[in-house]
Amino acid sequence: MALHLDHIKARSGAFDLSADLMVETGQRVAIIGASGSGKSTLLDVIAGFLPLVSGTVRWAGQDISAMTPGQRPISILFQDSNLFAHLTIAQNLALALNPATGRLRTGDMGRIDAVLARVGLQGFAPRRLSEMSGGQQSRAALARVLLQGRPVLLLDEPFAALGPALKVEMLGLVAEVADAEGLTVLLVSHDPQDARRFASQTIVVENGVVSAPQETAALLDNPPPGLRAYLGAG
Amino acid sequence: MAPRAFAIIAALTVAGLVIGPVTAVILRAETFSGFRPADWQALRFTLLQATLSAGLSVVFAIPVARALARRQFLGRGLLVALLGAPFILPVIVAVLGLLAVFGQSGLVNRLLAPLGVPELQIYGLHGVLLAHVFFNLPLATRLILQGWLAIPAEQFRLAATLGMGRRAMWRAVEWPMLRRIVPGAFAVIFVICLSSFAVALTLGGGPRATTLELAIYQSMRFDFDLARAAVLGLVQLVLALIAGFIALRITSLPVAAKGLDRNVPRWDRTGWSAIGTDAIWIGIAALFLLTPLAMVTFNGLAGITTLGASVWQAAVHSILVALGSTALCLLWALPLATRWGEWLGLAGIALSPLVLGIGLFLIVRPFANPFELALYVTATVNAFVSLPFVLRILRPEAEAIRADYTHLRNALGLSGWSWLRWVLLPRLKRPLGFAAGLTAALSMGDLGVIALFADPDRATLPLKVYQLMGAYRMEQAAGGALLLLLLSLGLFWLFDRGGRVGSAS
Repeated sequence: MALHLDHIKARSGAFDLSADLMVETGQRVAIIGASGSGKSTLLDVIAGFLPLVSGTVRWAGQDISAMTPGQRPISILFQDSNLFAHLTIAQNLALALNPATGRLRTGDMGRIDAVLARVGLQGFAPRRLSEMSGGQQSRAALARVLLQGRPVLLLDEPFAALGPALKVEMLGLVAEVADAEGLTVLLVSHDPQDARRFASQTIVVENGVVSAPQETAALLDNPPPGLRAYLGAG
Repeated sequence: MAPRAFAIIAALTVAGLVIGPVTAVILRAETFSGFRPADWQALRFTLLQATLSAGLSVVFAIPVARALARRQFLGRGLLVALLGAPFILPVIVAVLGLLAVFGQSGLVNRLLAPLGVPELQIYGLHGVLLAHVFFNLPLATRLILQGWLAIPAEQFRLAATLGMGRRAMWRAVEWPMLRRIVPGAFAVIFVICLSSFAVALTLGGGPRATTLELAIYQSMRFDFDLARAAVLGLVQLVLALIAGFIALRITSLPVAAKGLDRNVPRWDRTGWSAIGTDAIWIGIAALFLLTPLAMVTFNGLAGITTLGASVWQAAVHSILVALGSTALCLLWALPLATRWGEWLGLAGIALSPLVLGIGLFLIVRPFANPFELALYVTATVNAFVSLPFVLRILRPEAEAIRADYTHLRNALGLSGWSWLRWVLLPRLKRPLGFAAGLTAALSMGDLGVIALFADPDRATLPLKVYQLMGAYRMEQAAGGALLLLLLSLGLFWLFDRGGRVGSAS
């Protein structure tokens, strides 16, 4: 069981990305690299927003390259627009549970209340996004991916707009629920401290080339030249 | 200060053109002879056809706009560009095209007759609706397409990662957008169809299919009952004011939407049924819009060589009228390209050309023979009617130029003339060319107030084509229509092109 990027190549405009690596099930892996290095392109490939030029993406041995984003065993937290702002939290979560029609079925409300309690948002079901703080919106987004119940979770700098303390708190919450559910998590971040805190392993992306996961602590303590330049002399 | 003087003169003449004719109409209507049953019927028909025209245009535009928003295919850019064409397409040309397709001996009847289908009749309510949908389906499609393309790409990404189905997509993404856009599109088209004259003149008529505008024309031309024309004009004025006011509260004046040639990446709707549905809608829309134009061109090619001297004379009149009203409109628009100027210009929407026409007729009559002034009146009214669109195009650009350079202008101490000559006009060149092209083409194709005033010596080309049609000289009418089409598009192209060449912005 693993997420396997098997000799993949992808192209976004004039930008080329290549990767050949494996992420073990249940791992939490950070993806770091300079802006424009291809971190988000890598997530787009895994999530299915960008088609492959060659190679295959496999989950648990199954080729998922031809699946649409909605069919893949993958959920994703974007930088923003994780929920529809004009709908209530309950309506948003109903869409996660029943994406075909978006209707609430019997029993759905119980699951929604339970997941909201789990992310610390008891009683927020009837609220709209505009009535909530940034931290609360992040928690609601996390509730959304939990309800989707998919084994792989991609995070595209999702808490970048929060303050430092709130970000640490949210990453802690994600780590906690990911461990409880046995999720495989990939976190894109430009902050090496996020990687240390959240991920035992780290993938470095540099000029469209994706390295295999390495032990985070060892990597950051003794970075290779390209990463050293990105992190700075400190 | 010279510029201010120009602004005041422009404002006063525009305001005078509103107040004068309206006052004349009100004064004349005071000898109120009562609203006859036929007039009530005209009022009812006006409201009925406007409601149905707007409703049908919007209902059909929704699937067409959705197909255009989410499909990429060869010729898409051309099709989207063509959606802007009806704005400058002369009504009489479109009517001839529709007759060639849906008329008594048109394509559809010829195809269906061997199958034993009863003959299609185009005259009456459904002919009026057909023509109105022909003109306004493209407008509605553009407005709704704009709404579709304005949905943030992030929403489609989120929908894709959730794997949202058709109904969920409808509820969460598409319906909220349509609920915002559709009322405005409906209102704009309703207002446009409310003062429909040329379509009703050519395809309507009779007691069952007469609009208020057509009734005004008939009471002038057939009965010469000026009091009744004035009463009808007053009703039309009040109706248009109310509807126009409501429409402008919901939406703004549609002119040229930008960025419609892109499409939003979506990951849903890859199924064959969705692709098939979209292909069918795009195909139907393209056929419906292009076949009549192709027929006009085809039929016209034979007739254009047989045109008599009077048709060429009318073409010359039309070109002169178009150039005159373009010049007048720009003279008004340049000093009025401000916020309050745009409000003043909106009178051009509320005041229908025929109301303006009888007003001017009443004013001029004591002093001169109105029929001798037909071409001047037509040029003036056309300039006035184009003014709101031209201001809508010019104002944002003019204000941006003022905002950017007023400090520099004051620092240099530029005179009003230098400012106009060296800054405003060069920087406005591109929108100015577009606006001039629009005005010229609109005026070239206009079949409104000229019908009210014209005598045989002073026909414009659209009127001449209408007269040929009425005399059943269909080959010559088709030739004249092709000539008119070429002249309208040619004038638009020349002005628009002129604005683009070496423009500063």
